Amino acid sequence: MSFIDKSQTLNFTFDGKDYQGFEGDTLASALLRADVKVVARSFKYHRPRGIMGAGSEEPNALVEIHGAGTCEPNRRATTIKLFDGLDARSQNHMGSVNFDLLALNDFIHPFLAAGFYYKTFMWPKAFWEKLYEPVIRRAAGLGKLLTTADPDSYDKGFLHCDLLIIGAGPAGLLTALNAGRSGAHVILADEDFRMGGRLLSESLEIDGGDAADWLSQTIDELESLPNVRLMPRTSIYGVYDHGIYGGLETISDRIGVSGAKQILWRIYAAQSVLASGATERPIAFANNDRPGIMLASAVRSYANRFDVTAGKNIALLTNNDDGLRTRAEHIIDTRKDQHIVDVSGRKGVKSITLNTGEKLNVDGVAMSGGWNPNVHLTCHKRGRPKWNEALSCFVPDAVNLPTDMRVIGSANGTFSTHGVFEEANKTSKELGYKTSDAPVTEDAPLNLSPFWFVNGKKRGWVDFQNDVTVKDITLAHQEGFSSVEHVKRYTTLGMATDQGKTSNVTGLAVLADTTGRTIPETGTTIFRPPYTPVPIGAFAGAHRGQHFKPTRLTPSHKYAAETGATFVETGYWKRAQWFARDGEQGWRDSVDREVTMTRSSVGICDVSTLGKIDIQGADAGKFLNKVYVNTFSTLKPGKCRYGLMLREDGIAMDDGTSARLSETHYIMTTTTAKAGPVFTHLEFCRQVLVPNMDVHLISTTDQWAQFSVAGPNARKLLQKIVDAEFDISNEAFPYMACGEITVCGGLRARLFRLSFSGELAYEISVPARYGDALIRELMQQGEKFDAIMYGTEALGVMRIEKGHAAGNELDGRTTAAHLGLGGFVSKKKDCIGKVLSQREGLANDVRMVGVMPVNRKDRLTNGAHFMTFSDAETPENDQGHMSSVAWSPSLQSYIGLGFLKDGANRKGEVIKAVDYMRNNHVEVKIVSAHFIDPDGERLRV
Amino acid sequence: MIINHPLLGPRDASEFSYLGDASLMHRPNPKSETAALEFYEYQYLRKNTSGEMRELWFHEQGDRSWLVVTRNISTHEITKVELARDVARSTS
Repeated sequence: MSFIDKSQTLNFTFDGKDYQGFEGDTLASALLRADVKVVARSFKYHRPRGIMGAGSEEPNALVEIHGAGTCEPNRRATTIKLFDGLDARSQNHMGSVNFDLLALNDFIHPFLAAGFYYKTFMWPKAFWEKLYEPVIRRAAGLGKLLTTADPDSYDKGFLHCDLLIIGAGPAGLLTALNAGRSGAHVILADEDFRMGGRLLSESLEIDGGDAADWLSQTIDELESLPNVRLMPRTSIYGVYDHGIYGGLETISDRIGVSGAKQILWRIYAAQSVLASGATERPIAFANNDRPGIMLASAVRSYANRFDVTAGKNIALLTNNDDGLRTRAEHIIDTRKDQHIVDVSGRKGVKSITLNTGEKLNVDGVAMSGGWNPNVHLTCHKRGRPKWNEALSCFVPDAVNLPTDMRVIGSANGTFSTHGVFEEANKTSKELGYKTSDAPVTEDAPLNLSPFWFVNGKKRGWVDFQNDVTVKDITLAHQEGFSSVEHVKRYTTLGMATDQGKTSNVTGLAVLADTTGRTIPETGTTIFRPPYTPVPIGAFAGAHRGQHFKPTRLTPSHKYAAETGATFVETGYWKRAQWFARDGEQGWRDSVDREVTMTRSSVGICDVSTLGKIDIQGADAGKFLNKVYVNTFSTLKPGKCRYGLMLREDGIAMDDGTSARLSETHYIMTTTTAKAGPVFTHLEFCRQVLVPNMDVHLISTTDQWAQFSVAGPNARKLLQKIVDAEFDISNEAFPYMACGEITVCGGLRARLFRLSFSGELAYEISVPARYGDALIRELMQQGEKFDAIMYGTEALGVMRIEKGHAAGNELDGRTTAAHLGLGGFVSKKKDCIGKVLSQREGLANDVRMVGVMPVNRKDRLTNGAHFMTFSDAETPENDQGHMSSVAWSPSLQSYIGLGFLKDGANRKGEVIKAVDYMRNNHVEVKIVSAHFIDPDGERLRV
Repeated sequence: MIINHPLLGPRDASEFSYLGDASLMHRPNPKSETAALEFYEYQYLRKNTSGEMRELWFHEQGDRSWLVVTRNISTHEITKVELARDVARSTS
């Protein structure tokens, strides 16, 4: 009886050599059948290692899977479902796995004991980074991570259920049957690709027949229930708050599959039952890590499930009756004062020496040191398991389990199959499900008498994956590291990728013995997610490459792309940065042309990315008074006003214009970057601070396409598309006017006479779906004016020329006064941030100023610090800094904006702009921030 | 975590953004003689106690409600979820 299909042969290679296995094999079982003994090298000492376990607890047999030009390292051979064409390779060696040059480490092991690198490689200090660390890193470690892109895709899914059962051994299966028959929505997840747990590995009888028959009947019935979802190969790796569980389903171990390779599930479960079983413990004796030495339960798994014998002549070392189920030629029972003191056979066991002095020639050793319940998931919310003296293991403590989780079966320390079924029924009943008679099966006691390790001169392994021996733990204690947390960190016990599944408790027992304490006095360590490793790719799911974040495109994106735009990412948006024309040598040529043509005729810029918030209600004006420093309730319908908003701590948060369309209707614009945060802030003010105001908000950023049309010919161009009944002459539609109009023969639109550039300018908006049509119409009608589109660079140059503050100035450190907007703050009313903006610490005389180089050829750099000529260039003498710079094609000079102490009174002064980052020190003159048209005449024509 | 929204029922915490202590609901009176001190305390001082706490959460990926969530910050147990506007109206 086995669970492999010998009629289906699978070809695979290991380290380039061809082998065959069968459907139902793991890589480990297929390698054992092929008598491959050495499959890996150990972490630190590079000792030859074989397969020790049969499941996810395996510490030794880590391999690489190759395919599609890349590889996945550190995969456990015991959890790889064999497939045809598998290319598996050993890792962590120099040379071959059978002749590893780094095995030298094993012979110099006295120098490599716990903490060796803290002691040995200290001098000379500079050697650490350049020599010691690279060499140690080369020699120690696991598989290598390739930096090539992962060719596979991963998916994510969400599931809800009444009951999540973790583990499909006898406990989980009977619970699923009870809950499923009662009509509950059940998910039964098991990390193995075949459900059954220990029933697959033991030769038990259930109800007088083979356990395999009960198993297949049970799974058949569960599969027939529509309310039960069976999820094999799904490792529940984490328990989170409020009944949320993380699961990783593996679809394929092959690299480069079509479709998702793995699925990360988020499972919302009203209740859960943890039936995750138990993991057998090794016993630490000299050279207990030799290939051929396995857990007794693994020996039985390979025999019963995979039809593979781990050896022809096996010695069993056990401290309990469960171990005696293992077929062995020699039984060494620690309860009869028998144990193993040494092993010979470097690449495979040849003989063992007993404490009696007797030497036995064997080719394998099965170790049974008792069982550790798999309590990991009970600890993910800080639950601490408690020590059960009778069973000599940690069991979950009912008082600190995750909410709505119950633990049954061997995960709860119930080791007989009969006891497991009884417990499943009891728990089903507690959960309100119908129960059936427990199947009749074995009820043998464990009869365990603790035996953890053999004291001796040679090394006996506790943590196989991280190469931690009994001596390392006793050494840690000698050197003063006696707390279990210190011992872990000093020796790295239990800190490998297996999280100490086979080593933690044994390590604790060794420490307890060394320090003369009991195990509960010594303490325990608890577990964090993930229970088994989860690839980063699975967490990323489909959010890779361009799908890593959303991309927002402006309504004119298509047109811009067609006309040579270079795009820049601003948050999620892609905005046109400049539009290069033939013959232009670089971006500066394009930007200079865009500024010049806009200022001389007309330019159009897509400003749809600015946040647009529709604000309506009887109290809309009052509401804006609360959030802006200046007053909006007095704004007349049909007018716009610039507004500045503060954070409650008094610092400027955002600015923009708000237009009043009617008594009860305003449209606020925000900066592109702050559209989201401002909206959140306004909702906070509305719902929490002024809950009785009649005002409602909605973001309409995505609903309207908005273009700035700027330049002396802006009105002439707009008149070609605005329908005739709307008079937009200077008299009828003056600076800061706004209104609802129609364009192009009846398309509804909004027109705002606003200017960021300093020119005669409008912003026109139409429903977003007409944005593409509108830009094409504007550009076509604009041909006779040489109308151009300009990008964010030209936009930036023109706003600096005009002296408008933007993100570089509203940098989270500046106040209204700093920005030269102190006069905007209404004295008649309160607003958010007003009280704290008057704090002593903020009330200084730093002001925004304009800056020009004395020598017109000099280049300005932002981030430069202002210094006087008489002061030493030290941080104490800092006078302020340059926040924005641009080449001004209008002034044929670099210009800058910055913040300067006493900036209001220093116009005309010449100081230094010092930039040690770029080694650019420039003599500059302080000027008005309004480089262009300081009186605003152009705006009003 | 799951937050039981008073209007929409249980929602995953990833739909929400977090602001902090619900004491931020009690904005001081700017006309008070000690307004400067009161605003300083309002803005910067928090009790920072363990155990049960009232906090403000925003249903940003949902209906844009601000909520007052009573949560034990040691165990994450949520015992009460209210619309912040209801709370604010009842105390204003």
